[in-house]
Amino acid sequence: MANCFHCGDACLDIEIKHEEKSFCCHGCKTVFDILHDNDLSYYYDLEKTPGISPKEIAGKYDFLDNETIVEKLLEFNDGSTQIVSFLIPSIHCSSCIWILENLNKLNSAVKSSQVNFPEKTVRITFNGSSAEALGGTRAKENSLKNLVILLSRIGYEPYISLDDSERKEKYINRSIIYKLGIAGFAFGNVMFLSFPEYFEHSEFWLDQFKPFFRWLMFAFSLPVVLYSGSGYFTSAYKGLRSKILNIDVPIAIGIAVLFIRSTIDIVMDWGTGYFDSLTGLIFFLLLGKFFQQKTYSYLSFERDYKSYFPIAVTRLFKNPEGKTLEEQAEVYTVKKGDRLLIRNNEIIPVDAILIKGNALIDYSFVTGEAEPISKQSGDKLFAGGKQQAGILEVEVLKPVAQSYLTQLWSNDVFSKDKTGVFENITDSISKRFTVILLSIAFISTIFWLMVDPSKAFNVFTSVLIVACPCAIALAAPFTLGNVLRIFGREKLYLKEASVIEQMAKVDAVVFDKTGTLTTNQKNLITYEGIALSAEEKKLLTSTLRASSHPLSRSLYNILDKNDIQTLDDFEEEIGKGISATFNDNSIKVGSYEFVGFYEWLDSELKNRTTVHISANKVYKGCYIFNSEYRKGVAEIFEQLGNDKDVIVLSGDNEGERERLETLLPKGTKLYFNQKPDDKLDFIKNLQQNGKKVLMIGDGLNDAGALKQSDVGFVISENTNVFSPASDGILDASQFKKIADYLNFSKKGVKIIKWAFLLSLLYNLVGLSFAVTGHLRPVVAAILMPLSSISIVVFTTIATQYIGKKLRMDINKEI
Amino acid sequence: MNIIYMLLAISVFVALIFFALFIYSVKKGQYDDTYTPSVRMLFEDELVKEDASRKNKTSNKTVTKPETEPVIAQE
Repeated sequence: MANCFHCGDACLDIEIKHEEKSFCCHGCKTVFDILHDNDLSYYYDLEKTPGISPKEIAGKYDFLDNETIVEKLLEFNDGSTQIVSFLIPSIHCSSCIWILENLNKLNSAVKSSQVNFPEKTVRITFNGSSAEALGGTRAKENSLKNLVILLSRIGYEPYISLDDSERKEKYINRSIIYKLGIAGFAFGNVMFLSFPEYFEHSEFWLDQFKPFFRWLMFAFSLPVVLYSGSGYFTSAYKGLRSKILNIDVPIAIGIAVLFIRSTIDIVMDWGTGYFDSLTGLIFFLLLGKFFQQKTYSYLSFERDYKSYFPIAVTRLFKNPEGKTLEEQAEVYTVKKGDRLLIRNNEIIPVDAILIKGNALIDYSFVTGEAEPISKQSGDKLFAGGKQQAGILEVEVLKPVAQSYLTQLWSNDVFSKDKTGVFENITDSISKRFTVILLSIAFISTIFWLMVDPSKAFNVFTSVLIVACPCAIALAAPFTLGNVLRIFGREKLYLKEASVIEQMAKVDAVVFDKTGTLTTNQKNLITYEGIALSAEEKKLLTSTLRASSHPLSRSLYNILDKNDIQTLDDFEEEIGKGISATFNDNSIKVGSYEFVGFYEWLDSELKNRTTVHISANKVYKGCYIFNSEYRKGVAEIFEQLGNDKDVIVLSGDNEGERERLETLLPKGTKLYFNQKPDDKLDFIKNLQQNGKKVLMIGDGLNDAGALKQSDVGFVISENTNVFSPASDGILDASQFKKIADYLNFSKKGVKIIKWAFLLSLLYNLVGLSFAVTGHLRPVVAAILMPLSSISIVVFTTIATQYIGKKLRMDINKEI
Repeated sequence: MNIIYMLLAISVFVALIFFALFIYSVKKGQYDDTYTPSVRMLFEDELVKEDASRKNKTSNKTVTKPETEPVIAQE
């Protein structure tokens, strides 16, 4: 079988031969033609089969005719030059970068375009008033629409959602880089300036320059203490105010004492001071902080319903003559009583009443119900559902911000900031550490006050300097930073390093069912009833081929596709079924009622998804669609069940209870018909019983539970598409490794503890110098970097080692 | 040996210039995307060639344009 020259997919249904190349669909061929005609074939030289098959977009971007919406999307607009940024999830290779940066060859209105590959965005500067804007004679406000259509036509469809309508100034916090830069700059210079005095004690020229060198070092360390180290002072102050001795308290004491002692030293001409240790300390600490941050810029962990909802919707209104007209309206301007038009595959952004049309609405992402639901006119439709069969006309009941679904976001959990609530492992050790450190400092000072008062001040400050827990403070950031990267390699993308510590403590795991335990595809189809004859099978395949209903599509995919016949008669009643005739045979495919029987044979089937078939008015049987569970679900539950509570919370009905009970180990708790709020409350309840909860979900209905839980992961088949706010995004292919990941995080925490032990040993050595009054600047200058670097080396090697073992375990399982 | 003062002043000054440049480049966002430029620089040669071939074919351009436009009308 040939593979598509453009997108690389196998050419299944049809193969289009064009210019000696094969294409899987007309979309791919069109893209090839566009690029080929514009001398952009280099696209195919850069990478093999780089393309993305374009999707049907007719009418989808009509909302870009609305000027207020366009204005909101534009980053900059001065009438002739416009700048716009698009998120394009399909960016994936260097060919993508190349073609998007050569957009000006496809549309002369484009002045320049720049791709940010990690963020999957493209920033386009274009000339809106250019008459040549693709589409020719159209007015200037249309050029954004043309741009979007052009992008979509070549397979790079931008993702525009309600979230874009309130674009805030993008603020990137780069202060950590500035702080690190200043500290590193000062550290290097101070090192050189303090070097001479390490080796010479009194030499003529050295004595001449000593004061100058010292004051220069003082000048270099001023910005380091005041700017780079400022975070530690504020954090220590905040900790003390809330009566917590966090790790920043001894660090802040250390920094302050280092600086004051060194300044006094040079003012009184007692010595060089510890400026090199001071700048080095802050530099290393910031380095740890910097390393701990690993951002997956193309993933967003903060999304709410706004990134899922469309930015605009088609509103119907009557003009003075009484004629009904369509207009594209911003979703926020939609009011109660408005009439909206919902097209196929559009998301309903408001709670509404169905007026006209056949509604078949997929709520799987919103409520967890696996099956699309048919609604009759007069029924209530909730926001968030996706229409799957034709055009609907609805009347708005509640605007977007007050809809049933979006109400969930008004819950308290969403306004609370989860970070900083937990006591992290470093802070828990720092409590005892600080108390012991201070008592050692005071005891030794009192001792020296009695023995040799002249040394007392020296000893007091030395103890606080040398015991400054730099190495302890570095242990966690470097270990967690490494673990974070290893997880990233294994396709578990965490929001931040502190999640790992929480993962290690988890003792209850809650799963969502639809989309989490099950895959989104429904491939497990079984047939019950009288076997179909070859003739009937052929007719069935031909009938299904003509239908666009999702169930027909998936059923069609599993059937043999031999001798497709052209039907004599075909009729589809949306939401009910299809009837068709060929020669003298007739067939009816659809719901039980549609096929012609009114009483249920088997009440058990009621909750299941079924497609019934009757041929020549005789009932044959039905295809039962079973949602397919991910591979390894049973094993995962068994592994987790050893030392944790495992619970399934489903928004779906009880139709799958029996199957789940046989599939999962005994004693697994199953809860069905859970509304989004119920899930949230359930998690809250578990936590009140002292459980640390890991919630694994996928849809908007889990958003509250994900936020409430200690650790919330989202399972995603495709990291490009929308996922609700969470602490981590797990690639669906790695689902069965969850237990391994939890174990791995536990090992990571163990490494941190070993690193603590190691750094405490350094502190003991340092303290023995300090208490006896022998701490010279050169000793501090060696000990401090040595301890820090050895901790970094230890944690890196240890995490890489266990990371390798994790990888080997995973490979073995496969 | 008083030249040391002078030398130190100059060296610190030079270091400060580089430091200022570093801060400036961070502020300008040069370090925000460290991946794309590494790919983009490999295109450069090809781009120049493409441009040249396009200039030669200016007459072609007017012909190809109308060909692409009807496709939009169909969509």
